[in-house]
Amino acid sequence: MNTELITQVAAFIWQEADMLDHGEYAQWLESWTPDGLYIVPIDPEQTDFANTLNYAYDNAEMREKRVARLGSGESISTSPVPRTVRDVSRFRVLSNDGTNVTVRCAQNLREFRKDVLKHYTADVSFELVRSGGSFLIRRKVVRLINSTDTLQGIGYIL
Amino acid sequence: MTNKTDAQHALTLGDRVQADRVHTSLYTDPAIFEQEMDKVFSSTWVWVAHASEIPEAGSYKNTYIGVQPVIVVRDRKQKVHVLLNRCRHRAATVCEGKKGKTSSFVCPYHGWSYSLDGALRGVPHPESYADQLEKGELGLVSLRVEEYAGMIFATMKNDIEPLVDYLGPAKKWMDLFMKQGAGYPIKVAGEHRFRFPGNWKIQLENTTDAYHFPLVHKSFLSSVDKQTEEMLDFVGGSGYVEDLGNGHSVMVMIPQLIDLEENLDAPIPARFAELAEELRAEGHADQEVRRIVRAVGGSGFNLNIFPNIACSMAFFRVLQPISVNETEIHHAVITMDGGPQVANQARLRLHEHFQGPMGFGTPDDSEAWERVQKGASAGKDLWIMLNRGLAGEKPTPDGRASDVSAETGMRAAYQQWKKLMTA
Repeated sequence: MNTELITQVAAFIWQEADMLDHGEYAQWLESWTPDGLYIVPIDPEQTDFANTLNYAYDNAEMREKRVARLGSGESISTSPVPRTVRDVSRFRVLSNDGTNVTVRCAQNLREFRKDVLKHYTADVSFELVRSGGSFLIRRKVVRLINSTDTLQGIGYIL
Repeated sequence: MTNKTDAQHALTLGDRVQADRVHTSLYTDPAIFEQEMDKVFSSTWVWVAHASEIPEAGSYKNTYIGVQPVIVVRDRKQKVHVLLNRCRHRAATVCEGKKGKTSSFVCPYHGWSYSLDGALRGVPHPESYADQLEKGELGLVSLRVEEYAGMIFATMKNDIEPLVDYLGPAKKWMDLFMKQGAGYPIKVAGEHRFRFPGNWKIQLENTTDAYHFPLVHKSFLSSVDKQTEEMLDFVGGSGYVEDLGNGHSVMVMIPQLIDLEENLDAPIPARFAELAEELRAEGHADQEVRRIVRAVGGSGFNLNIFPNIACSMAFFRVLQPISVNETEIHHAVITMDGGPQVANQARLRLHEHFQGPMGFGTPDDSEAWERVQKGASAGKDLWIMLNRGLAGEKPTPDGRASDVSAETGMRAAYQQWKKLMTA
């Protein structure tokens, strides 16, 4: 097992998780390749995301809009801003050609807003591209284990 | 109910719906909710599916009429049945999962099996019944089903008027709404489902409420281009709300988008320029490109059909009551069956942009409704005011109409509510 690669990948993904929990969205937006896609599907078995309905299917433009909305103060569902803490673990490298690394991991996120504590568990897949000693995200797919259930508003980035 | 005030006790159900207001207890009283399940949801036509959701023989969908689980299924002869999802032996549901395909329904508890039309086919070990089991009497309970413009409705009340009579002038708007197929059949291609802690009528009102749009959806409006923002600046515009009778109403927000097959020569909006280019590159003729692009943007109106379905700009809004203060909503996305892939992708992305738990619109609506329910627990004797646009309301050939942000559609729904609840 290539523990050095796992360590590199984990360090990058932990950094991303920390950015999102602390609202460092400007830096998060720079963590992507220009053609990167952030996807939160509904159907757990789905792979053709472009041709199906998702919760989120964000290219660079939509990611920027999503970030702008979260910080705008114009949306009553995100004011007050939800507080989140997420644990990411169970990293497994699925493929690695020296430039592109595909990794799957588990994410447990707790959210507190107003008077409600919520819990979202997800399988997360990353397609990472090596760049300047670190990585950029080409694709992040967040598969919530309860994606087919009735969800309430998610006013942050999973 | 021990915490009712004297004033509330003195009001009959009918008293609680006035011409310009309704009583707060309509949102908060569990006893009223119980009666609604019987007198509203079990006594009128309730939407259960779009035909495209059960496309083939054996296709089924599980849903609810009020709080009662029902199966909507297409049999081998393509006839649609709506069956109570309850085994006639000891009541277990005979079908689970949101949708699927099957050749029969078999109860998992003791194995009673039913055909797609609900008839009881067989029971394991029948000898114990000594040939006295009335199989003909013990099929799944089958409801009256009628369909208009691909919209399937069912009713538990066999003696009410035909669906087309119930829909009345709403039919014309349903026909207009289906033009967003741009000549292709309309297809439901998935949905966003969510719940909010509030009464179902709060959501019913919202589909005919233009007044909230610029405020609640400010963050959405900030995320679209200038031209789209101007198009959606409809409060104070020339749109209108019309009471269509039987609780139905239409809110026309963008009058130039009432008929998607008209005004095809109008300039293509900037946000669809790229899509139009892609369609041309695929070989679609100019008029066809214009027709598809116009359809992708959706209709300029919301049609509220009492009690549980709306044709809302570009999607179906389905409303499902859970309890007096809990409601489930489905926003079903509509695509063109067999239509250009790029056009359908655009529809999906537009839907994701506004709808769903991560959309830029729905979570803010949901937050507002939650606050209505919370606020409604204060001041038990107070009223929900619905008098906006009342002064300017005028008769029309189909009913009555007032300005675009009038509460005419809500008044229409509550008058129908009153009629059913006091029948």
